[in-house]
Amino acid sequence: MSKHFFGDTTVLLGRSLRHITRSPDTIITTAIMPIAMMLMFVYVFGGAIRTGSDSSYVNYMLPGILLITVASGIAYTAYRLFMDMKGGIFERFQSMPTARSSVLWAHVLTSLVANLISLVVVVLVALLMGFRSGAGVPAWLAVAGILILFTLALTWIAVIPGLSAKTMEGASAFSYPLIFLPFLSSAFVPTASMPGPVRFFAEHQPVTSIVNAIRALFTGQPVGTDIWVALAWCVGILVVAYAFAMRTYRRKIS
Amino acid sequence: MTTQQAPAIQVHGLEKSYKELHVLRGVDFEVARGSIFALLGSNGAGKTTAVKILSTLLKPDAGTARVNGFDVATQAANVRESISLTGQFAAVDEILSGRENLVLVARLRHLKNPGRIADELLERFSLTDAGGRKAATYSGGMRRRLDIAMSLIGDPPIIFLDEPTTGLDPQARIEVWQAVRELADRGTTVLLTTQYLDEAEQLADRIAILHEGRIIVNGTLDELKQLLPPAKVEYVEKQPTLEDVFLTLVGTKA
Repeated sequence: MSKHFFGDTTVLLGRSLRHITRSPDTIITTAIMPIAMMLMFVYVFGGAIRTGSDSSYVNYMLPGILLITVASGIAYTAYRLFMDMKGGIFERFQSMPTARSSVLWAHVLTSLVANLISLVVVVLVALLMGFRSGAGVPAWLAVAGILILFTLALTWIAVIPGLSAKTMEGASAFSYPLIFLPFLSSAFVPTASMPGPVRFFAEHQPVTSIVNAIRALFTGQPVGTDIWVALAWCVGILVVAYAFAMRTYRRKIS
Repeated sequence: MTTQQAPAIQVHGLEKSYKELHVLRGVDFEVARGSIFALLGSNGAGKTTAVKILSTLLKPDAGTARVNGFDVATQAANVRESISLTGQFAAVDEILSGRENLVLVARLRHLKNPGRIADELLERFSLTDAGGRKAATYSGGMRRRLDIAMSLIGDPPIIFLDEPTTGLDPQARIEVWQAVRELADRGTTVLLTTQYLDEAEQLADRIAILHEGRIIVNGTLDELKQLLPPAKVEYVEKQPTLEDVFLTLVGTKA
């Protein structure tokens, strides 16, 4: 690792954060879709959904909405990286005496910051809609930790199309399946209500365990094995995505 | 430990293929210190590939290249300390202002007083008034000037300009030519690629023609002219070129 890694990453992080403050629409767009879904589910479909609990439906669905927020937010990570590749500024940085991997890490950290801001916005709207949680500080910290890990995992997935896409649409299209994954999980309806094969998929895909863990933390119930399964999924996806992203990156710079 | 007497750039037997496509098939040339060297060729001749190898963005399949005495394959970090690359598309950050672009590069080159360096370069490239504006609002010529100014930060002894005037209007082209001449007057070695014959004729001390992956001629303008039958004296009415007419009508300063 170059001796300038931290300094260069900080400078480049400052640059991308400035992009975000100058076009806050990326944060707003990221937050608006999950908020719209939340409004629709709570005030339109929610009345017909039986979750098996007495508390407000917004309490039930918020964990899934938070994951959708991250899934739509990382499309911008890929987009920002793609624009740097296409505009030639990526090559400019790579031909300079900087720590080379700083360019990538600055994008990853920017993704983390931008998604955390979007998540806070979504939680605030949920509070206005009646979301209440008895969770204490440790539980909130645990939720934050899971969401950070989830964001990092998805961010490294986003790096791959960001580096290799040929068109802008291609760079962000990969996020659509990720946005829809929560619908095939316990995020909106209990998996017990689904037909066999769908239910099997829903119960064995990462979103369900992550949603269940966050939901348990919010409601102050024991998290059981869900949290370990959730963490294993996040770390597993993170490691695999990181390995593929670095391979794509090394191919780009050789 | 730079070898001051050696040529600024030495290239021997450089080869590069993309799958079946042999872009460079054994390229040899040298560039003397403080000179302007033009790599002339049509689109797809391999000019950009050669520049990318020399600026450590691509690895050659065969052959060696030394830049400022350093091997591009084994001493890439030293090469990056010695060069600046101005790529085919003006690689400026559109969301940042002109001044912020310059400060960013100065920081990434780990220089003291990045603000002062930025102000001096804005002044030198007649961009002081536009310095606070987003680069996205700049004209093509201003973007190119900013791009070249960014390349000069840290006074690298060797500068690569990949098609610096492609897509520019005649006035902007003359502005860029002026900037390149000033660079050479200050002792910087310039390697530029171009598909415009007059550009090579106007600027370069030596011209090499890259054709189908090989250098087919390499010499001064006079040497190149001697390859053809000696000049005949003919009387031809001198008509103004359309460029002369255009520049007179729009009243360029150059």
